[in-house]
Amino acid sequence: MATAPESLAQALPGTPLVKGAGRKSFLKRMVANRRTSIAGAFLLLVAIVAMFAPLIAPYDYRDIVGRPLTSGGPLGIDDFGRDVLSRLLIGLRTSLAVALSAVAVAGVIGVALGLVAGYVGRWVSTIIMRGIDVLLSFPPIVLAIAVVAILGPALVNVVLVIGVLYIPRFTRIVYSQVLSIRSMEYVEASEIMGTKPADILVKTILPNVAAPIIVQLSLSVSFAIQMEAGLSFLGLGAQPPLPSLGTMVGAGRDFLEVQPTLLIYPSVLIILVVLALNVFGDGMRDLLDPRHRT
Amino acid sequence: MTTGTIPSDPILSVERLSVDFQIAGEWTPAVKDVSFSVAKGEVVALVGESGSGKSVSSMSVLGLLAPNARRHDSIRFGGTEMLGLGEEALRAIRGRRIAMIFQEPMTALNPVYTIGEQIIEAIQCHEPVPAAEARARTLELLKKVGIPEPERRIHSYPHQLSGGQRQRAMIAMAISGSPEVIIADEPTTALDVTVQAEILELLRRLREDLGSAVVIITHDMGVVADLADRVVVMRQGEVVEEAPVARLFSEPRHEYTRKLLAAVPRQEPGGHAEPDAATTGAGGGATLRVADLEVEYPGRLGRKGFKAVHGVSFTIGKGRVLGLVGESGSGKSTIGRAMVGLVRASAGTIEICGQDVTSLRPKELRGLRRKYSMVFQDPGSSLNPRLSIGDSIAAPMIVNRYADRRAVHERVLNLLDQVELPTSWADRFPHELSGGQRQRVGIARALALDPELLIADEPTSALDVSVQATVLRLFQELQDRLGFSCLFISHDLGVVELLSHDVAVLQHGRLVESGPARDVLRDPRTEYTRRLIAAAPVPDPVEQAERRRLWRETAR
Repeated sequence: MATAPESLAQALPGTPLVKGAGRKSFLKRMVANRRTSIAGAFLLLVAIVAMFAPLIAPYDYRDIVGRPLTSGGPLGIDDFGRDVLSRLLIGLRTSLAVALSAVAVAGVIGVALGLVAGYVGRWVSTIIMRGIDVLLSFPPIVLAIAVVAILGPALVNVVLVIGVLYIPRFTRIVYSQVLSIRSMEYVEASEIMGTKPADILVKTILPNVAAPIIVQLSLSVSFAIQMEAGLSFLGLGAQPPLPSLGTMVGAGRDFLEVQPTLLIYPSVLIILVVLALNVFGDGMRDLLDPRHRT
Repeated sequence: MTTGTIPSDPILSVERLSVDFQIAGEWTPAVKDVSFSVAKGEVVALVGESGSGKSVSSMSVLGLLAPNARRHDSIRFGGTEMLGLGEEALRAIRGRRIAMIFQEPMTALNPVYTIGEQIIEAIQCHEPVPAAEARARTLELLKKVGIPEPERRIHSYPHQLSGGQRQRAMIAMAISGSPEVIIADEPTTALDVTVQAEILELLRRLREDLGSAVVIITHDMGVVADLADRVVVMRQGEVVEEAPVARLFSEPRHEYTRKLLAAVPRQEPGGHAEPDAATTGAGGGATLRVADLEVEYPGRLGRKGFKAVHGVSFTIGKGRVLGLVGESGSGKSTIGRAMVGLVRASAGTIEICGQDVTSLRPKELRGLRRKYSMVFQDPGSSLNPRLSIGDSIAAPMIVNRYADRRAVHERVLNLLDQVELPTSWADRFPHELSGGQRQRVGIARALALDPELLIADEPTSALDVSVQATVLRLFQELQDRLGFSCLFISHDLGVVELLSHDVAVLQHGRLVESGPARDVLRDPRTEYTRRLIAAAPVPDPVEQAERRRLWRETAR
């Protein structure tokens, strides 16, 4: 999150605390908050693993390396004889990539719409907010199934569907926050000094609505992971042989009695990532607010 | 430490009361060893600045404290020890024998019931009377507190009444059980001076009619001088002085009381010295010239708009301060906002330094922006909480490309110095500052570009009186030294007289009177101004008694 103190700090090189010391104390405070730092460290690890999954994985996720449903390799062999660990790593990568891009789409469009609707007001906000209401009134899973069924089961489509479906979460939060902040005297002060509306939106209002956006971002990533898993579980997401955590849960379901780990490993991974994202999001909200600095 | 005389038969006496709050496992004292008492028909004022424990002391009488509070020693009410009374026993006393009037009647009244229903409920919850009788009594109460057309108003919801009428309804509810003690927590703080004068008059009359004892909590020394018999001055949870009202004002014994009294801006001869002819550049053009200004807020969906300002004209000469006074809703803030372009003028012209800003396009306005700026009312929201105060002060210079980084930084330090804040505070954030300090930062930001015109919208009304005094002194010094012109908007005539060279009085969006400050405030020509001046209580019991007499005459 680019916050306004940083952008203005460039114009004020002499002010010490704002950039350098501010960041250092931010890290310190983060380490002091144990829950957040554990969750953050875990997410960092997950991100690195996902990024370098093809290099870390002991086998190619498509290669047959042993007898199906046996315990060969670190985490066993799946029903096609492929290495489970390798598939888990690639699956994690797929799921995260889909969830993050979907939330990026939703976040950018949703926040922008919310800012404009809240700041401009009048008929602009009416049009935007009614459009958001329409979007909200679709049952998400049914819409996702319908869209993917029409456009074809491709990951890009899943990203778009989840992205569009999650726009309202951001727009509504930002809109309500902007409404209360735009009448604050410091916003009026910026208007009087002649700041351009776009600058007021991005430099003055956005940092002040950042806290709920950040929480919403982390929550949305966790929801998006679950939604991707659900769509993949239904066969609408990642197409074989490419694994995602959802398709692995779906495939593992059939061998619950023979080799339950096929279901358990991807499920546990989903749970851990989602949990870490939620804890991390809550912690970030507190850490980013200068009012909570002591 | 009580030094005052204890009246013969106190109905409510607080003895060595201490209140502590448990915060994060630790007991923090809020009130330490406070004693006072009030007799039948007596008005005792608890005064002090925010955080002095005056509200906590009075709330603890009825046990209306948060569950993390503990009280000890004694509160006696008509022979009963109140501490340690059960909820059931307290309920029999609350409302019926000791009633409470709150500061903000809008939130103290339930918005979904009519005031009639609420008063009837208050009556019936203490006495099982038939509905018809309760209604009859409610009408009588409404009449007693001076609400016009009680037959109609009994069916009104709180939002349909004006602030003063809501407070009257609140008082009607409080006196429904003919209480022996009325506790009023800042009952007039949210009201205009003219309405305040009426409510104080009502309280005085009720005291005479019902013979109730009144404990009034206030920070306004004028209210104290107007109403109280005895005064208890509190600071940081302790009583520093207790005295009969006349003696407290004539010979305050404690250092703090003296400071408090000295801090109240008084309407007194003198006012703000005229600026030198040299700085005004004798005969130089006016900095601000407003002609026939009208502002209309658009209505929604075909409904008629609301006209807040009707054809107002005034000018502010170079280096002069114009005080704009009026009650809430008179349009004074709207005028200030129109000057800086926060609201659009629907007609008329606003000339700043000779240029009409109402007809300028945004691009053309840019060059003019550095000539004016604004100081806001609420120190809590006038600074961006995400910016350090150095960045806040620098913002107008950066936006208007005033200078390079180094020069901007130096200017920030220089400005901090001018508003008497340590330059090392540039890195601090607004939440680390007190209200008065934040207001200084607001002034520094407004002065960053050396404006010719400053709009100050009630810049000190949210501050405690001693803080207000220092901010006003600073403001006056800066104005004298820098010689900017200023539109100073305020409802406080004392503040306006202190700072302004000229005064304009506004009523319902129209200018009723304007001229040199001394002439307007000493020798008002219109009825409205006279009433406004008479309604403002002064911190002097003798003078206030005289003013009250005058006010009664003008009110008639």
